[in-house]
Amino acid sequence: MRSSLSIAVKDLRAELRTKQVLNSMLIFTLVVMVILSLSLSDVLSESSVIERLAPGLIWIAFVFAGTVGISRAYVSEIENGCLEALRLCPVDCAAIYTGKVISGMCLMLIVEIAAIPVFIVFFNYNIPHLPEIFLIILLGTAGFSAVGTLLAALSVNTRTREIMLPVLLIPLLLPVLIPTIIATAKILAGDGIFQIISELRLIVLYDIVFFTLARLLFEHTLEG
Amino acid sequence: MSGIISIKGLNKSFAGHTALHNIELNIEKGEFVIIIGPNGAGKTTLLKILETLVRPSSGSVEISGMSLSKSPVQIRKIIGAISHESYLYNDLTVEENLRFYGKMYGLSNNELSLRIQQLLKQMHLEYSYMDRVSTLSRGMKQRLSIARSLIHDPEILLMDEPYTGLDLQSACDFERIILENSKKVTVLMVTHDLDRTYNMCDRVVILRSGKISSDIQRKDINSIEELKNIYSKVFMEEHEK
Repeated sequence: MRSSLSIAVKDLRAELRTKQVLNSMLIFTLVVMVILSLSLSDVLSESSVIERLAPGLIWIAFVFAGTVGISRAYVSEIENGCLEALRLCPVDCAAIYTGKVISGMCLMLIVEIAAIPVFIVFFNYNIPHLPEIFLIILLGTAGFSAVGTLLAALSVNTRTREIMLPVLLIPLLLPVLIPTIIATAKILAGDGIFQIISELRLIVLYDIVFFTLARLLFEHTLEG
Repeated sequence: MSGIISIKGLNKSFAGHTALHNIELNIEKGEFVIIIGPNGAGKTTLLKILETLVRPSSGSVEISGMSLSKSPVQIRKIIGAISHESYLYNDLTVEENLRFYGKMYGLSNNELSLRIQQLLKQMHLEYSYMDRVSTLSRGMKQRLSIARSLIHDPEILLMDEPYTGLDLQSACDFERIILENSKKVTVLMVTHDLDRTYNMCDRVVILRSGKISSDIQRKDINSIEELKNIYSKVFMEEHEK
């Protein structure tokens, strides 16, 4: 775990210094929010319409911003052969994967936390039960990062990685995106935590299954 | 008697192509061995196998008495690697890079502070510890790369064409540092630069088409010209093939 945390801290330190990925993700999220709020400006006064549209809108922004971020997860590792140097360290490949998942998740959470107030302002909509929304975001993001980190490693040495990653990632994310969007919709409609237990179970199950599988497969991904 | 590196009947094939064929090599503790050979001879593959990055197709490799297939993580603890790539993070400082790799090798914060101080002094980088790697010259990066590879005090140093891209001054600095440290570690260097490495090494291994074609002690070679002649013959045979 110490090695994983060292990798995550190293990634976040380098990213917070350059802000290359973070800025791209934030700008992407902001642009999506602005475009959607402009295109839906005639229905923004009806909160019932926003309640139905918001879960999809929020997660479209998060998924695409996350894809932008995760596609850059290994850029610093490829430069100067650092990925090879990491593999030379006496740590399990699963520790490298876990570190990358943590750093990817942290970056996405920063963007998502910044995006929520932007959404409230642009859509003139007050989100009820914010802690529940953050819980859904946390669990959904964990699933995204678990799968995205593995696929980013898989596509990092391919020439068409920018195209390959979303093509592989989005279908694999559907099992976690569906309950996440449903849970978000229920919370926005005024339901409490007890009404979304079944969705939360599905999301947690997805997170555990894919995180465990990806940890096992990661070594083979790097060797390939 | 088996040495610190003992290779027996090693084979490696990639998609039908044999990169290494029946390699037998025994390297004693403290030896400085250079591996030379034409491009595609299997030098880098051999090094990558010793670094535990590539699995052999067959044969056995033991490093410091540990089997490569059974204890790769333990073996990585006693190996330091230097390549023509720096293995450094451009957006981190000199000190942050060393601290990160030190932690990956399980060193405590106190051990690390002392070791980093020692290494930076030895590499003449003590005034650059706060500089980002992206601002360093190629020579400084290579010196930092050596410091990175020595952070955990390895028993074996594996080097893959470390002279690539170094100017004369940087190459001299590199040699000085390697010679200072070669008394304490076993060195295995893949190189094309015979002129620079001839005086440093104890033994020269020539690889050709995945096989060891010559394994000569330096004391048995009268001059670098003689070594060059041997190597030229190997090179010409490879070229004619």
